[in-house]
Amino acid sequence: MKRVNAVVIGAGAAGGIVAKELACAGLSVVLLERGKWYTAADCRKDDLRNQRTTVLGNAFGPEEEGNPRVWLDADGHPHTALPNEGSYQNNAACVGGGTLSYGAQAWRYLPQDFRMRSTYGAPSGSSLEDWPITYDDLEPFYEKAEWEIGVSGDYSGTPFHGPRKRDLPMPPLPPGKEFSILEPAAKRLGLHPFHIPMARNSISYNGRGPCMRCRWCVGFACEVDAKNGSQNTVIPVALATGNCELRTECMVKEILSDEHGRARGVAYFDEKGRLQEQLADVVVVSGCAIESARLLLNSRSRLFPDGLGNRYDLVGRHLQGHHYTGAVGFFDFETYDDLGPGATIAVSDYNHGTPGLCGGGMLANEFIRLPIHMVDRMPPGTPRWGLGHKQAMRQWHKRSIVIMGPTQQIPTAEGRVTVDPGVKDKWGLPVARFEGNVHPHTFEIGDKQASRAEAWLKEAGAIHTSRMSSRPEQVSAGQHQAGTCRMGSDPHTSVVNRFCQVHDVDNLFVIDSSVHVTNGGFNPVLTIMAIAFYASDALVRTWRGTGLRS
Amino acid sequence: MKTTSECGPVTRRQFLAAGVVGGAVLAAGCKPGRQSVWEFFTPEEARTLSTICDQIIPADDYPSASQAGVVTYIDRQLARFYRAHRDAYRIGLQNVQELSQRHFAQVLEALTAEKQLQAVLLMETEQAEFFEMVRKHTFEGFYGSPRHGGNRDAASWQMLGLSEPPLLGRAQYDLRERGGQ
Ligand SMILES: Cc1cc2nc3c(=O)[nH]c(=O)nc-3n(C[C@H](O)[C@H](O)[C@H](O)COP(=O)(O)OP(=O)(O)OC[C@H]3O[C@@H](n4cnc5c(N)ncnc54)[C@H](O)[C@@H]3O)c2cc1C
Ligand code: SF4
Repeated sequence: MKRVNAVVIGAGAAGGIVAKELACAGLSVVLLERGKWYTAADCRKDDLRNQRTTVLGNAFGPEEEGNPRVWLDADGHPHTALPNEGSYQNNAACVGGGTLSYGAQAWRYLPQDFRMRSTYGAPSGSSLEDWPITYDDLEPFYEKAEWEIGVSGDYSGTPFHGPRKRDLPMPPLPPGKEFSILEPAAKRLGLHPFHIPMARNSISYNGRGPCMRCRWCVGFACEVDAKNGSQNTVIPVALATGNCELRTECMVKEILSDEHGRARGVAYFDEKGRLQEQLADVVVVSGCAIESARLLLNSRSRLFPDGLGNRYDLVGRHLQGHHYTGAVGFFDFETYDDLGPGATIAVSDYNHGTPGLCGGGMLANEFIRLPIHMVDRMPPGTPRWGLGHKQAMRQWHKRSIVIMGPTQQIPTAEGRVTVDPGVKDKWGLPVARFEGNVHPHTFEIGDKQASRAEAWLKEAGAIHTSRMSSRPEQVSAGQHQAGTCRMGSDPHTSVVNRFCQVHDVDNLFVIDSSVHVTNGGFNPVLTIMAIAFYASDALVRTWRGTGLRS
Repeated sequence: MKTTSECGPVTRRQFLAAGVVGGAVLAAGCKPGRQSVWEFFTPEEARTLSTICDQIIPADDYPSASQAGVVTYIDRQLARFYRAHRDAYRIGLQNVQELSQRHFAQVLEALTAEKQLQAVLLMETEQAEFFEMVRKHTFEGFYGSPRHGGNRDAASWQMLGLSEPPLLGRAQYDLRERGGQ
């Protein structure tokens, strides 16, 4: 294999952006992705097999066979997790990564989200910390992400957002029925409801048409290509430069390092299972929080016996996602209009500022519901099966609204990804293993959010409500997984510096959700994208022909 | 067309159940027995399961679970995604029959509708784990996508008042937005 300037591991949200930015700056790039490149023709709108409802498996990877993970329960007992099980904490494995099938909520975090420790102090036992960068550092790159990926929405209804220099490039989709029911209720409660920012075309943009508002959005690929991910924005641009080669179904086994402790490339299994080497001047890891940590931990050598970047046993720690809580409300009138994507309205009044709580979260109405989702989401007292259940389905399916949101998780050093000493995947590589949970204060915040969701539904006229507020036995990392290669200035407490460069390996970068110090009270992808633009910008600025300026 | 990966190996039991001999059975791996519509279940098992599923989702003005193809859904998945649950079904269904004999001295299918309901209520407590699995799979078959063999003619979606085939395209809301102009 011809040596290149940069090898990027993972063609997801961040990896696609890094590949594009480096290729456009003239670097030769190889982008390696373990999954396939799906097209609209592969998009079967299957209620039982998609990326969110995985009853019969994930539509966009990884495959059920040969890709196990392990999780340890509170007593330290190991359990195997398969890709379609919640405990697997899956995102996706395909070109586009999570962004092929995501819901596409495209949030900026708030300024306080980057300064959690300064704002609240760290609850004891937690690893709550400030980021080494601020909202202002990222602001231009948030804007770049919004315009290059394409975001629709309207922030004018809320004062709760950071300063912005430029509006979103597209207006929101017209409001649906739930919006018109929930908006006046929120206003009566003194809240500031507004249109959720979405990486989805509401008008023709970037050479593709607008959303046709189907029932099957979150978890599915878009048949009309109106949902904007890395697979239909930055990756095609990267390829069009002629500087970037995308190799799919290529699983990176390890990052290779030389006797000076610098990265020299990667070893990977190609689509036929053959072991290959790709040498490069710079290696960028963009495999998402769980797999990026696993890859670093599996990259062992004489100089790095415990894995690359792991000199101080930090890789994999502070694993976090979002603790989702909320409520479902049942109404005596129809609330359902069968118009995708479903989620339309949000409030971010509750993200910060509640006395006694370290943060909060955004609340929004849920994406469109599939009948299978309603089966166990019935008013209290409904029979669990039989005629009564069947009739309740008929009565409530079109007369219910779910409001929920991502509660900011309070991280701990013990909530972490390690590699399992025994279990291996189909390539013979040790698999990811989860340990620990979030800090219990997370649950207090989540409970409060659930009661707020309930109050909003009641104000909107719900005749029954029930809260959704569980106590998971492990970190809910999943689609919003983050935090495993913390960004910071001190090599003793963080894995990468403020430019996503691994502290003790200067030509190795981790650019994806792994670097998040905390994960905000919002879906994470726009922040991941902004960081990818920001870190690529820094990388390109220090690039000197065949290496980085020291 | 089925691909080979969708076809389970022929079990000894299917071999016997299919009642065919010699070379014919080898070719039958993908389309088992001309005599059976089931890929996994014996006809008796399918009848027992159908009785249980129809208590979970009985007929009213819309079809019952089995009328909507739920047993087909479960049968197909036991040859595909739910291979790991084969033994649980084999043993579980046997146990349900034992339960029926013990309490009512008859096979489940022969009971009156009222006693079938009582039997399934007993099953819910005596065989809780198996019942929960059947309940889950029944709902999947009934409310999931028709392509997996259940939800025949999108019966459950029609019952819920969802447009079938779904309305796609912008006309749907553009009309609402502009008052039909
Ligand atoms: C159904 C669903 C809905 C979602 N909805 C939203 C939403 O509304 N808003 C939001 O903000 N976020 C949402 N997300 C989450 C969002 O998609 C993720 O936060 C985001 O994709 C993470 O970006 P990333 O670059 O870190 O990783 P990813 O996008 O996951 O990309 C990582 C890629 O690396 C590849 N990879 C990993 N290891 C290797 C290896 N060793 N070799 C080769 N390739 C490798 C993986 O296959 C994957 O394709 C959703 C996700 C899903 C699945
Ligand atoms: S709701 Fe819109 S963006 Fe989502 S899949 Fe359907 S058409 Fe595409």
